[in-house]
Amino acid sequence: MIRALLQPHRLGLLALALALVVWAGMTLRWDWIPRYWELGLAGLWRTLWLLVLSTLIGFLLAVPLGLAQAAGPVWLAAPARWFCTVVRGTPLLLQIWLIYYGLGSLFPQYPWIRQSDLWPYLRQAWPYALLALSLSYAGYEGEVMRGAFKSVPHGQLEAARAYGFSRWSVLRRIWLPQAMARALPTLGGETVLQLKATPLVATITVIEIYSVASRVRQDTFIIYEPLLLLALVYMAIAGLIALGFRWLERRYATGLV
Amino acid sequence: MPEWLTQLWPGLEASAALLALEPPGWGGNLLRGAASSLIIAFGAFSLGCVIGVGGALGKLGGGPVARDLLAVYTTVVRAVPELILILLLYYAGTDLLNQALRAFGYRPIEISGLAAGIGVLGIVQGAYATEVLRGAIQSVPRGQIEAARAYGMSRVQTFRRVTFPAMLPLALPGLSNLWLIATKDTALLAIVGFSELTLETRQAASSTRAYFTFFLASGAIYLLMTLISGKVFSWIEAHFRRGQAGARA
Amino acid sequence: MKKLILTASALALLAGAAAADPVRVGVAAEPYPPFASPDAAGNWVGWEVEIMEAVCAAAELDCELTPTAWDGIIPALVSGRIDAIMASMSITEDRLQTIDFSDPYYNTPTVIVGQRDMAMDATPEGLAGHVLGVQVSTIHQAYAQAYFEGQTEIRTYQTQDEANQDLAAGRIDATQADSLAMDDFLSSDAGACCEVKGTVAMDESILGSGVGVGVRKGDDALREAFNRGIAAILADGTYDEITARYFATSIYGH
Repeated sequence: MIRALLQPHRLGLLALALALVVWAGMTLRWDWIPRYWELGLAGLWRTLWLLVLSTLIGFLLAVPLGLAQAAGPVWLAAPARWFCTVVRGTPLLLQIWLIYYGLGSLFPQYPWIRQSDLWPYLRQAWPYALLALSLSYAGYEGEVMRGAFKSVPHGQLEAARAYGFSRWSVLRRIWLPQAMARALPTLGGETVLQLKATPLVATITVIEIYSVASRVRQDTFIIYEPLLLLALVYMAIAGLIALGFRWLERRYATGLV
Repeated sequence: MPEWLTQLWPGLEASAALLALEPPGWGGNLLRGAASSLIIAFGAFSLGCVIGVGGALGKLGGGPVARDLLAVYTTVVRAVPELILILLLYYAGTDLLNQALRAFGYRPIEISGLAAGIGVLGIVQGAYATEVLRGAIQSVPRGQIEAARAYGMSRVQTFRRVTFPAMLPLALPGLSNLWLIATKDTALLAIVGFSELTLETRQAASSTRAYFTFFLASGAIYLLMTLISGKVFSWIEAHFRRGQAGARA
Repeated sequence: MKKLILTASALALLAGAAAADPVRVGVAAEPYPPFASPDAAGNWVGWEVEIMEAVCAAAELDCELTPTAWDGIIPALVSGRIDAIMASMSITEDRLQTIDFSDPYYNTPTVIVGQRDMAMDATPEGLAGHVLGVQVSTIHQAYAQAYFEGQTEIRTYQTQDEANQDLAAGRIDATQADSLAMDDFLSSDAGACCEVKGTVAMDESILGSGVGVGVRKGDDALREAFNRGIAAILADGTYDEITARYFATSIYGH
């Protein structure tokens, strides 16, 4: 790692990068950071939990979606395939707006919604953001899991059945773990894509890290600096996701046939 | 309109009127928006492929500096949300380009929203295309390339006659995926105010307050674009795989 | 792309005063009725669009209407994608640090519109505990953040229309906006939910001194041209004639 950085041309590039950073630090405006860092941290927190929760919920949905397509009867496989096609075939921005404003436009027609116990949640924006992000992740992952389930050699499943495993324990102990291990490399990439999708929820009033940067721009008219810092933050998170999945892969995906 | 349909769905007639192609219906606007979405997607995809070929060749055969710079490019673009790249490139990109032109004594040029949109999305697509094409080129058997060189073909000839045709079927699934991303990413240009399908949808929806109708309608248009291009790509793939049964990756 | 090319009058051509390059005038790409919104045929219509045509004609400018995202309209001006902003943008001290403005061409009070069945008024105490929606990058957002934030939850929308939509849906309790822009909403079916709760206390440093044409800093020739045009249509009655077709009262300064 260190040695790779010490090649002469890399040293030159590093010096250049360092010079750029110093130049950016000296000439660009960063005086807004002390005023906004608290808001920024709160935004970062919201981005992270939206990401974590939506990938978890999305993944939990993706397993049955993948299974239905890989091995389910037609009446389960066809709707699952359609769901994945629709989610993957339309822009997430449009899905978010449909779920937030589209559903919202129906509320005035049904007054009982406002009397319900769920109303305090339905009023807020984050449940819609979480729903839209989860469904989107489920759509993409359902497709990945379909492939992963199919790629587990059939002989293994048959062997397990022959050993007297029930259908459920075949799924739980053999099929699912192997499918997940095979899906891991793709899941890492998809999770980074999910991270990159989170700023879209700022358009439905959810205050996450991107919308904090927008607020800095609106308050101070400083345009590029918040965006540059934001890009660095996303790169750091993406790097952590990649590292995390590499660790998972080393742990679980070794020795696959 | 059939009686049973309107009974089943009371708002249908109103929705159909809103979606009519001629004003006062907004259907024409949606289709115009869809057309500009397709133009941008096509431009961005083409630009992305050109960048991708250059990037892939640079990553595989370029000097150490070129390789490192390309690695930085693909890493940054694939880790930073498209929305932020679009905002940075859309505003700063134009600004920097014109400052550079001025510094070299040229007249600043006016960059249309269309050109800027294609440029920005093309740069994003280029990073992904670089990776797709690099993978495809790498999986062309070395022996074929060496054989071509041994026959006295130049590097360019080898690429054009051997590497390119051999890697194309391998790259097509990835490229078809990229095309789908391109059509959907055009929606992000709505945020910088470029009038494509998503912005037209939003304008129609807020002018008529029929949010549900228009979002569903434009979702259907996007879906149609995706399904049709999926068919086209699988046809192209079948075409280029002729006689390459063994090359199935 | 929808563009409305305004040809300079024949007189301007005779006088040779028409500039070679068209002036790209940015309007918000998101509809803002009754000031500027696209119709089903894709043409931009509204009070501000007509005023723009009249001002440009009077100032002998070859203007080209250019829809631009509201949230990025100042960056678009600064980076040269557009040459002027006519998008109901108030002249405020904050904005004056980044861009210049022409003389104001309209000025209306800022109101709080809220749910009929909720007790509130346009003061920080009256809004405490409520959810207030504002449009992003507006004087209303700045004002709400300065006066109401903390006790009141503030939600930021890309367009005023979306805030109105959520007001009708009951997801927010109130919105702060320009009184004229809200009239349109309140007279619609969706607006039946809500009423004007009051006018906010004036703070000129945030709410500004009326709406002007935004131009790049130092673009004095263009600023002067817009000033000439505004003065001309005010003097010859065009301004009042256009206004009468949209509003019941004069909206030039209150």
